[in-house]
Amino acid sequence: MSQRVAIVGIAQTTFQSAKRAQNYAELVHEVVSELFTKTGATHDDVDNIVSASSDFWDGRTISNMAIQDVVGAYMKSESKVSSDGTLAVLYGMMRILSGQYKTTLVVAHSKGSEGTPNLIANAAFDPIYQRQLGIDGLSASALQARRYMEKYGVSEEEVALVSVKNLANARKNPYAQVAGEFTVDDVMQSGYLAEPIKKLEASPISDGACALLLAREDLVDRFTDKPVWLKGVGHCQDCYYLGDRDLAESEALAVAAQRAYAMAGIRDPGKEIDVAEVYDAFSYQELMWTEILGLCPRGEGVELIRSGVSTIDGTLPVNPSGGVLAAHAVIVAGLVRVAEAALQLRGEAGQHQISGVKTALAHGSFGYCGQMHCVWILSNEK
Amino acid sequence: MRREEGKEYLYITLHTELPYQYSAGRYMSRFLTTLRDEAKILASRCTQCGTVLVPPRVVCGNCFAEMKDFVEVGPRGTLKTFSVINFPFIDPFTGVQRPVPYGYAIVQLDGCDNWLPHFLDEIDVQKLRIGLRVEAVFKPREEREGAMTDILHFRVIGDRSRESSPEGEVS
Ligand SMILES: [Zn+2]
Repeated sequence: MSQRVAIVGIAQTTFQSAKRAQNYAELVHEVVSELFTKTGATHDDVDNIVSASSDFWDGRTISNMAIQDVVGAYMKSESKVSSDGTLAVLYGMMRILSGQYKTTLVVAHSKGSEGTPNLIANAAFDPIYQRQLGIDGLSASALQARRYMEKYGVSEEEVALVSVKNLANARKNPYAQVAGEFTVDDVMQSGYLAEPIKKLEASPISDGACALLLAREDLVDRFTDKPVWLKGVGHCQDCYYLGDRDLAESEALAVAAQRAYAMAGIRDPGKEIDVAEVYDAFSYQELMWTEILGLCPRGEGVELIRSGVSTIDGTLPVNPSGGVLAAHAVIVAGLVRVAEAALQLRGEAGQHQISGVKTALAHGSFGYCGQMHCVWILSNEK
Repeated sequence: MRREEGKEYLYITLHTELPYQYSAGRYMSRFLTTLRDEAKILASRCTQCGTVLVPPRVVCGNCFAEMKDFVEVGPRGTLKTFSVINFPFIDPFTGVQRPVPYGYAIVQLDGCDNWLPHFLDEIDVQKLRIGLRVEAVFKPREEREGAMTDILHFRVIGDRSRESSPEGEVS
């Protein structure tokens, strides 16, 4: 990239099953105010806003109108991404690179507690040929889990290790919703939601918000002495219809990762990446995604955990924050992966800080069984 | 009305219905009327690469070529993956919760290149394996209405051991 863009500020709310005391505007106001306080930015410093939210999840047409005032959008350029927050970062970066804008406020919000999640999830399927057939994100993912486990010979006890690792990591993350010291046996005994997915292997549905401030290279110093540089990004869509892809594979993620690595000059991701935050909406997904991201060979995602490589004290910790299993505000969760990666690069991740992080990977996903993937490579070195 | 830290936070509750009627279109109308009238499953074939996809659609996503031919596929096929659903699920077509548990499958219909997700009548996972042969069970003629649910579910009809698998160890 000829002109560089950096993340200069990060804010997130705690994630909870129901944030009763805040409506959408108040939720977003919390993160935007915190972002301005931390960066010293004022309303006048922001000339572009990209928000991420969903009309269906928010239960209103043009969901970004609930937050128009609290993001400071009056008489400014404001537009919405109705997909994962990682895409809002991509769009925000592109707007700065267009030369038209100096800064961009990227903000995502969601309150899963206010609608009817399984109906909203079902409504993402085609109304003519699929919605009638009793399916939502959880049941679709169960079909993917079985397919992946069968094809690569991964057992239920091995998949359970992801929940054990990530929910233990989440105890060090004050923003997490679900955390705890669980054994493989606890996970195995937690009850099937949709075979083979058990209760402790499915992410919660959360309420929460996250915001980042992006700035053009020449303005970075005004907001921070610890910029996090956007070094590479890749984005790719797979087929929509579940029957059109082998759910054990994800060509879209492989393509997105290759694009991000090529842009960032990453040749050996397993060696060059110091920490990764991936979209583990279900435990098996962390195994699939880390394999397809090239952090280990296919079918060996569980070896990353077993050998200690991807544990919090390993050489390539994966989801030290607890990941999406610990908090899953739909649409927000991908932006939180970017935020957590950026906190690691700034040395501000608190108790789950990894030492010596120079290069971090953040991954977002949207659509059932990982239809869309967006991969970011971030660095604290220009 | 709920209380938290001595404060009162209210909810405004809406029960509005938001009805839609979706045009099935030319391809799906033909698919659904054939399902209703003849208990047959139609797929579309790509004029360029020959791929056969169900349900039929106007273009082949891989070639961006129009799909113009219809071919009959199934009703038998091979189990590609499965689940047994235990969590409460509100059926959007009835507004009431589906009885659990229920079986779910992704099936490759004979003669088809892609796969079809649908209900499975088996809820004992010990009896299920990827590669099992399955068959579509249709509703009786008088109950069929021109919807995907005219296929009631798939049922297991036997082992794949008598048939060769084109994909090797996982079919
Ligand atoms: Zn074709």
